[in-house]
Amino acid sequence: MSTDGSIDAVKATATAWTTGRIITKDLPTPDLVRLRMHVEDRARHRPGQHYLIRLRAPDDYTAQRSYSLASDDSDPLVEFLVERLPNGEVSEFLADVADVGDVLEVRGPIGRWFTWDTRTPALCLVGGTGVVPAVAMSRAARRVGRMDLLRVVAVGRTPEELPYADELGHAGATITYTRQAVADRPAGPPTASEVAPLLAGVELAYVCGSSRFAQFAETLLIDCGMSPQSIRVEQFGATG
Amino acid sequence: MPTTRGFFRRRPAEPAGRLPPGQYDVGGSWPVLTAEATPHLDLDAWTLTVDGLVERPTTWTWDEIRQLPKATYSGDIHCVTTWSKFDVVFGGVSVDDLLAAAGPQPEGRFVMAHSSTGYTTNLPLADLTGGKAWVVWEFGGRPLTREHGGPVRLLVPHLYFWKSAKWVSRLELMAEDQPGFWERNGYHDRGDPWREQRYQGDQ
Repeated sequence: MSTDGSIDAVKATATAWTTGRIITKDLPTPDLVRLRMHVEDRARHRPGQHYLIRLRAPDDYTAQRSYSLASDDSDPLVEFLVERLPNGEVSEFLADVADVGDVLEVRGPIGRWFTWDTRTPALCLVGGTGVVPAVAMSRAARRVGRMDLLRVVAVGRTPEELPYADELGHAGATITYTRQAVADRPAGPPTASEVAPLLAGVELAYVCGSSRFAQFAETLLIDCGMSPQSIRVEQFGATG
Repeated sequence: MPTTRGFFRRRPAEPAGRLPPGQYDVGGSWPVLTAEATPHLDLDAWTLTVDGLVERPTTWTWDEIRQLPKATYSGDIHCVTTWSKFDVVFGGVSVDDLLAAAGPQPEGRFVMAHSSTGYTTNLPLADLTGGKAWVVWEFGGRPLTREHGGPVRLLVPHLYFWKSAKWVSRLELMAEDQPGFWERNGYHDRGDPWREQRYQGDQ
């Protein structure tokens, strides 16, 4: 998609609604759906940005939600990983009804704060489906050959429930599971002794996950010596 | 735009005029959306300042601001992420009273709201006057919790809720409009939910 790989070529622009066609759909777990879509008139994006997906009923009622991109700017498709929330009118539709070939209204990319410039040494501390923007950052780091600049700590309940765990693990991420011991590591959230060494030289931290996770992650990073001003947060809650 | 195959309205239609376009009623929950680390603020050290293009730059301590006439907002709030929350009750003081004390100069037509975290959001002064904006420290009769902007936040409920700066510490009057935090990061300068002014590019 892109011809100029540098982040500076990805300009901030006003966005408008367009359409996206679902090219692939799979459910990595019963409650997670991954959609890869072809977007008409697609604008370039920075890792960490999100799109809106809008559904329209026959009576013109609409429902829209924001979803972070997992895909890199160089990917010919955009990729979303959406958690099916109880009574989530958009997430349940995407998981249960939407299918390959369907055309949805989309708009993006949106958000210029929770983005990584591919140059600043950074750490992502992300939980659950909050891993998605870290996946986009990791893919961007790989493309520009600067995987040394990005450290990722991903937190899941169990290996079965954490999306992109294999991909992040292969990219060098620290993976922690709160409910299951894996290899030598007992079950539990990441600790200061696991995170503090990763912060050497780090100038920015990205926290993404539920509100509860974000509170935990902020406290942990500050305990490890990170300045609150250097922590960027993206939270999601009952917005399904 | 064409309809989405297989998608139907699940929620009953809201009373006319209650729900802005593209919003849904979140019911009893109150989602927390914050871009920065949530601060711990000590009320003993807390102050609020109104300055910039005013006749009398004024700072209130926690004890002082509670001497002002108590004001309450009862109504709805609307977040750009599409949830709306009906029938909330906030308690605090009217921004009109703060501005009356500071005395805006005629050229001070815009305001930058600053938070102790460094967060900013810009508003036309006209959106903060005439009983449309408050500085609040109570929600539902109880102290406002820190994740919702406590101890004290701005409340501008006729605009999307990112304009209601959490942890507000300063209202700066300016002659020219300047973008605040989200406004620099792709969001609309005014943010009227009834006109669906969510992002840059919306009319």
